[in-house]
Amino acid sequence: MTSAWHEPAGSFELPRHDVPHWRDVDPKRAYEVVIVGAGGHGLATAYYLAKNHGITDVAVVDKGWLAGGNMARNTTIIRSNYLWDESAAIYEHALKLWEGLEEDLGYELLFSQRGVLNLAHNLTDVREAKRRVNANQLNGVDAEWLEPEEVKKLVPIMDTSADVRYPVHGATFQPRAGIAKHDYVAWGFARAAYERGVQLIQNCEVTGISVRGGRVTGVETTRGKIAAKQVALCAAGHTTVLGDMVGLRLPIQSHPLQALVSELLDQVLDTVVMSNTVHVYVSQAHKGELVLGAGIDSYNGYGQRGSLHVIEEQLSAALELYPVFARAHVLRTWAGIVDVCPDASPILGLTPVDGLYVNGGWGTGGFKVTPGAGWVYADTIANGRPHPLAEPYALDRFRTGALIDEHGAAAVAH
Amino acid sequence: MLSIPCPWCGDRDETEFRYGGEAEVAYPADPDAVDDPAWREYLFVRANPKGWFKERWVHTAGCRQWFTVHRHTVTYEIRDPQPIGEGAR
Repeated sequence: MTSAWHEPAGSFELPRHDVPHWRDVDPKRAYEVVIVGAGGHGLATAYYLAKNHGITDVAVVDKGWLAGGNMARNTTIIRSNYLWDESAAIYEHALKLWEGLEEDLGYELLFSQRGVLNLAHNLTDVREAKRRVNANQLNGVDAEWLEPEEVKKLVPIMDTSADVRYPVHGATFQPRAGIAKHDYVAWGFARAAYERGVQLIQNCEVTGISVRGGRVTGVETTRGKIAAKQVALCAAGHTTVLGDMVGLRLPIQSHPLQALVSELLDQVLDTVVMSNTVHVYVSQAHKGELVLGAGIDSYNGYGQRGSLHVIEEQLSAALELYPVFARAHVLRTWAGIVDVCPDASPILGLTPVDGLYVNGGWGTGGFKVTPGAGWVYADTIANGRPHPLAEPYALDRFRTGALIDEHGAAAVAH
Repeated sequence: MLSIPCPWCGDRDETEFRYGGEAEVAYPADPDAVDDPAWREYLFVRANPKGWFKERWVHTAGCRQWFTVHRHTVTYEIRDPQPIGEGAR
């Protein structure tokens, strides 16, 4: 629904929704499926378990409140212009779901296909970007290469002159990419899952995972033991903490990833613009805030705050590209905890423990794949085997060496 | 911005350092005897605790020495900086 967002800032009112969307309940003693983590992926998984597979004896448990983790801390960018076939397949599956999601959920998500630019700042960038455009087109993903003057038409406030430290040599453009309102995405999935019988249980921290004879039997929580035939991990940022509970050492490291928003501004930016080389990505939210993301902090961390020098680098890059931003005040900064795999691709599928599934390691890119990951993960759980789109993301790839090296297309160096 | 205690130079800003990840991960003593699961562990798997973590930093913009610290991955408190010991890397 892109109808309202071109109005001047200040006149735009976000849609109001009837609340509450679900009822708080105490956990039952047993479920068919317990999903750990009530973020976007957990809620989407629950929804598709119910809708696509008729599995409704499902609890989504969360240590905090619904969608209060990374779902509330991302920069809401949606795109599918990844390099490798395996990535293009799952992210494009997600983008196609996004395109019908408001209708499917009966809920306004402010999904806005305003396009995404990925800037190239040197010859290596240009070559990599053109290669990715070709790869995207071969995979049926919309992508084109834009020269600097074409970039300037889409983003008039950008300094595309040759007089900057990292001049813009062009960009890839995916017109179908865009943004959505993350809270509404969570609430839309939560309401739809709840209406199909899924129980959403907040303030219920998983403290242990019970295994007997190599098979999962349930979870231990701060609100008692909950038996489950299947347990699905969906707690990005904390995937290794959960894996450690059953001695499952995962090739994942958790890092703070910072973002920030400006005060409300008039509409100055009509697309999403990303740059890996100078490390800033920006879009303008529906209400008018500039939403800026940076790279991850180098060190491991769970502190949901990061280092100031990362923000300084991000803002200096933004100011060079968009001189007009110099007058914007930073309103708020924060960090999410991203769990990062060595090949910058996720782990999605089975574990050595029967009935225990893992969905994590999405790094900096988990939001865009929310419906796709939920769809594929639900199918994997319902059938006890990886969905075809999940097969390449097996944990075993770190033994076989069949890595999916997406460092380039991740748009953030990590 | 972390303030990191270099064992030689004292407390300095994080921007003077480069991160080295988990400490005391030794190269396999007999690489020819290492099977695929063990290579997976060595190449790709590192501890990622929520709590105290022994990790390495190098003072790139200072004395250029490697060292280890214990850092809490939630509070970011740092203690016990030590030069890297014999044989460790």
